[in-house]
Amino acid sequence: MSEELFKRMAQSVIDGDTDVAAAVAQEALNSGVDPLEAIYKGFSAGMDVVGALYATGEYFLPDLILGGEAMKAALAVLEPVLQAAGQHRKVLGKVVLGTVKGDIHEIGKALVGSMLSAGGFEVYDLGIDVESGEFVAKAREYNADIVALSALLTTTMQHQREVIEHLSEAGLRGRVKVIVGGCPVTQAWADQIGADGFAEDAAGAVVVSKKLMGT
Amino acid sequence: MIRPRLEFLSRDTVDRVIEEAYELLWNPGVRVHYDEGLKLLADAGATVDLESRVAKIPRGLVEKAVDTAPSSFYLHTVEGDPVVHYGGDDVHVDPGSAAIEIVDYNTNRWRTPVTKDCEDFVRLAEMLPQIDALATSIVCGDVPQGMIDWYRLYLLLLNGRKPIVTGTFSMESYPVMHEMLVAVSGSAQALAAKPRAVFDVCPSPPLLWSDITCKVLIDCARTGVPAELVSMPLMGATGPQTVIGSTVQHAAECLSGITIHQLAGPGSPIVWGGSPASFDMRTGTTPMGAMATMMLDCSYAQIGKSIKPGGLPTHAYLGMSDTKIVDAQTGLETASGLILGALAGVNMMSGPGMLDFESCFSLEKLAIDAEIVGMVKRLVRGVDDTEEPLALTVMREVGHAGNFLKSKHTRRNFRKEDYIPSEVIDRDFRQTWFDKGALDVNARAHRKVQELIAAWQPLSLPKDVAQELEAIATRHAKGAGLDKLPRRTIQ
Repeated sequence: MSEELFKRMAQSVIDGDTDVAAAVAQEALNSGVDPLEAIYKGFSAGMDVVGALYATGEYFLPDLILGGEAMKAALAVLEPVLQAAGQHRKVLGKVVLGTVKGDIHEIGKALVGSMLSAGGFEVYDLGIDVESGEFVAKAREYNADIVALSALLTTTMQHQREVIEHLSEAGLRGRVKVIVGGCPVTQAWADQIGADGFAEDAAGAVVVSKKLMGT
Repeated sequence: MIRPRLEFLSRDTVDRVIEEAYELLWNPGVRVHYDEGLKLLADAGATVDLESRVAKIPRGLVEKAVDTAPSSFYLHTVEGDPVVHYGGDDVHVDPGSAAIEIVDYNTNRWRTPVTKDCEDFVRLAEMLPQIDALATSIVCGDVPQGMIDWYRLYLLLLNGRKPIVTGTFSMESYPVMHEMLVAVSGSAQALAAKPRAVFDVCPSPPLLWSDITCKVLIDCARTGVPAELVSMPLMGATGPQTVIGSTVQHAAECLSGITIHQLAGPGSPIVWGGSPASFDMRTGTTPMGAMATMMLDCSYAQIGKSIKPGGLPTHAYLGMSDTKIVDAQTGLETASGLILGALAGVNMMSGPGMLDFESCFSLEKLAIDAEIVGMVKRLVRGVDDTEEPLALTVMREVGHAGNFLKSKHTRRNFRKEDYIPSEVIDRDFRQTWFDKGALDVNARAHRKVQELIAAWQPLSLPKDVAQELEAIATRHAKGAGLDKLPRRTIQ
């Protein structure tokens, strides 16, 4: 009986159907299915399939992103129940993500957020034009493992360095890793400013983040 | 004679696009992150929410702005000759702009450009007759960040005769660049009367004017310097996935820009332009060489030409490639874009010389692209059917003997009937090609680049003008933290 439900949970993510995902999550709760099991055996299993299909080129970004949205819809139903019971799902890490101050470019950062989420990270997206101090404050508040900084302009890249400096000053640099990205950003720049990781694209960001978390 | 044309949209569809664009400007409206822009709109009757910085622009206001915007204008050389006509279906080309990397022919890899690269670029672009205008294509890495935008213009003004397509990266740079243009033209009035340069202004998709872009839009309008709107929806990412859907967004963004612009300076010239792209759903890159990209460019150009009787001047980023080095893909993408854009009657195509999604420049590619431009300009001259009779006289004259090479008809017509390329394009017999070194197009282009750069003659600006340019540059360089300007290779 549960097997059939787990299959439908996975399928809702594979289909990228947010309404069905939320509905099946609720149905699972009503049927007495353990929420953690629902996440691992049902929805996450679906996300793994989505990831595999993307890797072989059968699924594309919209499929990946909608799969992630369905996952989020299911989590929105299941997580409150987990928290109430004092439990939480295993995530690979917590990432505070944003586009730096003075920069309004969104899409690359949004892609990274979607892919990190799909890849098993918990992502806190601060948006665009984010003050350097805000990254630090939120890293502290969410107990983040990684701060991910996006900059699309050579003129705003400087703020990536600034955030790293602020994190040091706040005494957080030891346990918070910093990854950087965006069109003008290079490995050389990342090295120059003391970032822990750099990737050229969203898929690369997931690889680098997993490496930094030791997984 | 027919001027060959390409149109994707029926009249009915054009009307639907324009209709939806007007509706978008009212609902949801457009975001304007610049107080002065919001104020201009509010004072003219738009509904402005200062908190969310959203302006809902009523249709009448937009239509009035479209009405006052000129249908055409000219760009001039340093001597004041009106060589570029932004209007009708006249087609021109300028190199792609704002490259932060340059391909080093010797390593076949890219590196950060420096002053000498910008100077070599100017020499080359000046010596290629197919290229109608210069652009501030090379972002120099040997000067501080705060001056990278105006510094390119400085080098162009010192060394170039052709009109210029440029833009700014910061809030403070327009006055510096305007000051330089005025120094060369003689006065602000002279510059406005005979524009030398256009400034690219880019709204951020979807429907957002940032502070920098809105400020330049207004500054251009007030100084009578032509503004070139560069709207860039990325299909499926920052704009609708459909070509027609992004054509609507493009129109809405341009109309919002024209409205703000005309409120600041009624009658000031403005261009319906862009740099939109497809979005690669495998990698998240923004291919300029994709077919949908080019179809979107042609479609929005058609809207610009149809928005009112006489239309508006048009522009597009075409003649680009997504490759990192010059190879076969480079040629096919660049040529496709230039051919389609020319048939669509785009007045200014920005792109030759540019690689890697608008981030890298290649001098060799510019030399190759110049040949494509030559072919494309031939294309739009069409098939000349004005001679009467078409063939009867010459064929009866030559008769069955068949030697047309001897005929005066041949000599009279051969130069105009086809485009005669330079040695960059190989048309040799095989052995000759081999004897010449068995070179591919990139190697032949490199030879041409070196030849043309060596043959270039310096521009002799009046001494006081050159000195004034240098003084302006030196003063503002100090402000950016640079005590001495980089040494120039052109004296």
